[in-house]
Amino acid sequence: MSRIESTTFRDSLSVSITVGAYGTAFGAAAVANGFSVLQTCLLSLLTFSGASQFAVIGVLGAGGSALSGIATASLLGIRNGVYGVIMAPRLKVKGFKRVVAAQITIDESTAVALGQEVRGEKAMRQGFWLTGFGVFLFWNLFTLAGALGAQAMGDIRAWGLDSAVPAAFLGLVWPRLKTNRDRVLAVGCMIFALAMTPILPAGLPIIATAFIAIAVGLRK
Amino acid sequence: MNSFWIATIGTSVIAFTLKYAGHNVPERIFAHPKVQSINALIPIALLSALVAVQTFTEKTQLMIDHRLAGVSAAVIALILKAPFPVVVLSAAFTSAAIYNWF
Repeated sequence: MSRIESTTFRDSLSVSITVGAYGTAFGAAAVANGFSVLQTCLLSLLTFSGASQFAVIGVLGAGGSALSGIATASLLGIRNGVYGVIMAPRLKVKGFKRVVAAQITIDESTAVALGQEVRGEKAMRQGFWLTGFGVFLFWNLFTLAGALGAQAMGDIRAWGLDSAVPAAFLGLVWPRLKTNRDRVLAVGCMIFALAMTPILPAGLPIIATAFIAIAVGLRK
Repeated sequence: MNSFWIATIGTSVIAFTLKYAGHNVPERIFAHPKVQSINALIPIALLSALVAVQTFTEKTQLMIDHRLAGVSAAVIALILKAPFPVVVLSAAFTSAAIYNWF
């Protein structure tokens, strides 16, 4: 990587540090929901996708099965695949580099890359790699800190951690609610999931809402 | 191997497979507007359902407790355009205050 444009560098670094810091919330929440520190750190290293990670710990923490947790996390992970489709023709990498690129293909690296479009393809590639590696580094460090912190806490409810998880989901969904259709879908899915909770096994009410999203997407 | 290990490994394997598959698929497959629309809507549906379930349920029962206060604080923080860490911390602080003092 030769010269990096200063705006690209600044965008990448600020996103990496702020997003990486949420890793603390994930680490703490995962331990609070029954995952070990090792499992928590492996999720951040290997899954490396915030929404999917929060989903799997949320479903298992609520008493859902491993399969429900994996299914919910994977449905949320589909969008990373879509980002890969968008980024591949711009990154033009093969072999091991493509494996590395795939692992750091997430919301933030793709968003920063697309944000550099006016500065040309080279700036896009730099934005992608810098943000991807930056978030990876900080996300994993802060996950470990959060996991160790939560382990030392004891009763997680006394520290408000049982509310930090839904608040984190809310923070993730909020910026996505751009149109009225989005908001109606969000409220509808909340009501549906709650209505189904006493009837269906834990985890299924959440997965089922993906089909509502597909139905809404196909209609219009 | 307990369910937490199965979930950790299973989620990680599928997460990477989805990312890697994306890098090996031609871009035109994703061109259909309905596919793009569904791709934007699925996270909204799942994340909203997770907010509701994590706030109002305990195992398979519905309940209202200190978590509602915490999540309400998060809503206020989001309306005030607070950054993500502030949203999470305001929820944790409010929830802990209610849990400890009532």
